[in-house]
Amino acid sequence: MLGFVGRRLLYLAPVLIAVSLLTFLIAALLPGDLVVATLGDEATPDKVSALRHEMGLDQPLMLQYLHWLGGALAGDFGRSVRTGELVLSAILQRLPVTLELMLFAQLIALAIGMPLGILCAVRNGGAFDRLVSAIAFGKLSVPAFMSAIVLIYVFSVRLKVLPATGYVPLDEDIVGNLRSFVLPAVTLGFGEWPVLMRVLRSDMIATLQEDYIAMAKAKGLKPWRILLVHALKPSSLTLVTVTGINIGRLIGGAVLVETIFALPGIGRLLIGAINTRDFVVLQGVVLFIATGFVLVNFVVDMLYGLLDPRIRLGRA
Amino acid sequence: MTDPPLLAVEQLSVDLPTPRGRLRAVDEVDLRLEAGCSLGVVGESGSGKTMLSRAILQLAPRHARLGGRVLFDGQELTTLAAEALRRLRGRSIAVVFQDPMTSLNPVLTIGRQIVETLREHLAIDAAAAKRRAVELLVEVGIPAPEQQLRQYPHQLSGGMRQRVAIAIALSCEPRLLIADEPTTALDVTIQAQILDLLARERQRRNMAMILITHDVGIVAGRTDEVAVMYAGRIVERAPTGRLFKAMRMPYTEALLAAIPKLDAPPHTPLPAISGRPPDPTRRLPGCAFAPRCCYRAARCEEHKPSLTPIEGTGHEYACWHPIGPRV
Amino acid sequence: MVYSIRGFDLAALDVEVEPIAATPASRGRLVFWLAVAWIAIVASAAIAADWLPLTSPTDMDLLARRAGPSADHWLGADALGRDLLSRLVFGARISLSVGLIAPVLGLIVGGGLGMLAGYFRGRFETLVVGGIDVLLAFPPLVLALAITTYLGQSVLNITITLGILSIPALTRVARAATLTFAEREFVTAARALGAGHGRILMRELLPNIALPLIAFFLLAVAVIIVVEGALSFLGLGIPPPAPSWGGMIAEGRDSLDAAPAIAFLPAGAMFLTVLAFNMVGDRLRALTDPRQGVL
Repeated sequence: MLGFVGRRLLYLAPVLIAVSLLTFLIAALLPGDLVVATLGDEATPDKVSALRHEMGLDQPLMLQYLHWLGGALAGDFGRSVRTGELVLSAILQRLPVTLELMLFAQLIALAIGMPLGILCAVRNGGAFDRLVSAIAFGKLSVPAFMSAIVLIYVFSVRLKVLPATGYVPLDEDIVGNLRSFVLPAVTLGFGEWPVLMRVLRSDMIATLQEDYIAMAKAKGLKPWRILLVHALKPSSLTLVTVTGINIGRLIGGAVLVETIFALPGIGRLLIGAINTRDFVVLQGVVLFIATGFVLVNFVVDMLYGLLDPRIRLGRA
Repeated sequence: MTDPPLLAVEQLSVDLPTPRGRLRAVDEVDLRLEAGCSLGVVGESGSGKTMLSRAILQLAPRHARLGGRVLFDGQELTTLAAEALRRLRGRSIAVVFQDPMTSLNPVLTIGRQIVETLREHLAIDAAAAKRRAVELLVEVGIPAPEQQLRQYPHQLSGGMRQRVAIAIALSCEPRLLIADEPTTALDVTIQAQILDLLARERQRRNMAMILITHDVGIVAGRTDEVAVMYAGRIVERAPTGRLFKAMRMPYTEALLAAIPKLDAPPHTPLPAISGRPPDPTRRLPGCAFAPRCCYRAARCEEHKPSLTPIEGTGHEYACWHPIGPRV
Repeated sequence: MVYSIRGFDLAALDVEVEPIAATPASRGRLVFWLAVAWIAIVASAAIAADWLPLTSPTDMDLLARRAGPSADHWLGADALGRDLLSRLVFGARISLSVGLIAPVLGLIVGGGLGMLAGYFRGRFETLVVGGIDVLLAFPPLVLALAITTYLGQSVLNITITLGILSIPALTRVARAATLTFAEREFVTAARALGAGHGRILMRELLPNIALPLIAFFLLAVAVIIVVEGALSFLGLGIPPPAPSWGGMIAEGRDSLDAAPAIAFLPAGAMFLTVLAFNMVGDRLRALTDPRQGVL
């Protein structure tokens, strides 16, 4: 088991380094002068070179990268050029909102995807199965912002039951907080359920043909028990892995959804930084998100080994 | 003879639709089994014996067509409601499958797999079920049973896994146990142990048993009656001793001859049965064994022989040219 | 399973983890051709936009703000009085151009890299796969946003950025397809006949991997249209006043109560187009590998 983890860690390090390098290079190598753009109207040659020196932009590229990376590893992502706020604290302040959104979205995706996956596997090939598969396929062509518009139209404009924008912090009002997350979480989760359903369905169909399912029937166990205990557990390995991989996709989707529904999360921070041309914040947030992405997938890989007792306890 | 038998199978047939045509896996099989007695069902792979056991339990594949009747303790299983069938399975009729590696769920501990059966059919609580599970493991000869409860199937050896499967089958004191090739997936040295275990438990509990196998040597001395299956039909049936001494059907003779004998000189060629089992989608008009039978005649290829009883012996066979009694 | 669980092999962009069957085979044919027809219609309208009798997409008819369908505006007008039909058609032009050209970049670069990686194996392959993993470590939208911020918003920059985004998926496909074919006899035969690497790659391997590559290309088109739409929706894609479907949907959001059509018409157009590309791509993918595709 330790060897398994060790090997994965070894692969992780170079990827993280490359990620940080790429993030840095995007900023450093592309055309356009950061400093001039930042100063805008106030750009005089003196101020430009002063700011450039202050930001360390007159040093060789490699040095700049190492300086930035060193700072990042120590937790110092720099300060926002606009507000002077520490980038890291800005990120950490907004992180809970994004996490709450992602959690709800994942739960919704699972709540829809799992039952449908099980039902379709049991009635494999039937009309219900085909219908759900068609809907899942169609759903793929509906991106998050489209479903957002539809949901807003139905629930905010027409039915007027849910708010279209606005965020209520958790400690202020729990119900209000939950209400402000419903539409965003549903939008995000709706995009993910087809994949989860498909994966679970496929695995369940294979599992249901196994001998131990026939054995469970021969033991006279109740059908729901056979489905949920005997069939679901072996089939859920891929589901867990895909769920984990999905977390990465959710991070990307969260950026869009937060903007649409005006939730003060990391995605909003990113978009805000782009709009105000706050490059320091942009770099820091992108690095943070990318690193999180990589780490999450690493954990998922570990989890896979953990969940299958055959892998965990030695050869099957 | 006034008591109805524990199990009565009447003209049971199983048809499976395949792309190449309708496949008759089981062809009008009749069986009778009294309580506490044991029946051996012998046949090559493809003879329909596994499908027979599934059909008795009403567990044939979804698209299979069943014909005939199965009566257990006077109750007709073919028309029984799903819920009633479910209560019967595991409780009154139990099964041991061929390969315990695939018949036990790999992600559940064996303790759980035993306990869930107990708690499903008997009204006992978790603690009592656990105690009973330990007792069962002791009965089937598994050492250190408390620890084994927490093990997963792949952590046990093949023989141990099959003992666990037997423990599960015996857990609710079934009246009938169907053992489908219980030793085929095991080492030869373990086979005898498992068979002895089954025989011992059968005696103790006065349980009826159907022992399905392709190895006709296994049923000798362990079953009361033997039925020989070929191409989905029963082609010979007799009390065990009588079958071995006075078999009539050439197929049975060939099966016996194919068993290696300890007292034969070394390098004696094994008289294997030439040819292969027939294609079940193509029904021949005559006897299904005719193409491979060394005694065949024209009549054998034209007309299908039906089971003919020999008066007063409980011995039936289906052959136009039965072989004479062995000396 | 298309994706693997070792390392960080992930479904690139939003290209599907496992293919979803469009419809059962019998009805599938009709739907397939409908999809092709729709693509043809949209493409022809986009190409012929200049010659069609449409009002300019940027002309503001202030008297017709949020108006419903009328003789002047067949599909109505948006919040600034601009003709919706014409904006739809010109938006199609932008979305389709970006959607088709960007993946071509991915096809050439990614397909080429993948084919070379799968053919030559060894350190080169490890490098390519590692590079892909790094690119995939960024959520695609985030990467697109980062790059366009520095490059600046223009149709060209967006196209290049999205093209870069599509490289990983196409590299994967090309490499996987090459791996399955590189060991086959006809390659060994060609090599025995003295054919050089270039010849083998172009003459033997390329025709064989072309079909799966085209299938994935079409799926990539669908994804790119969506990502471009998302960027434009956020106001960070195609700069106004050029019409794009994403931007139109964003604009329509403010008029949801009065005139929902302003948002739903471009949404519908985008949905149908993306769906059509998904269907055609999936059907082609099913043809290349009977295991995947229609389940």
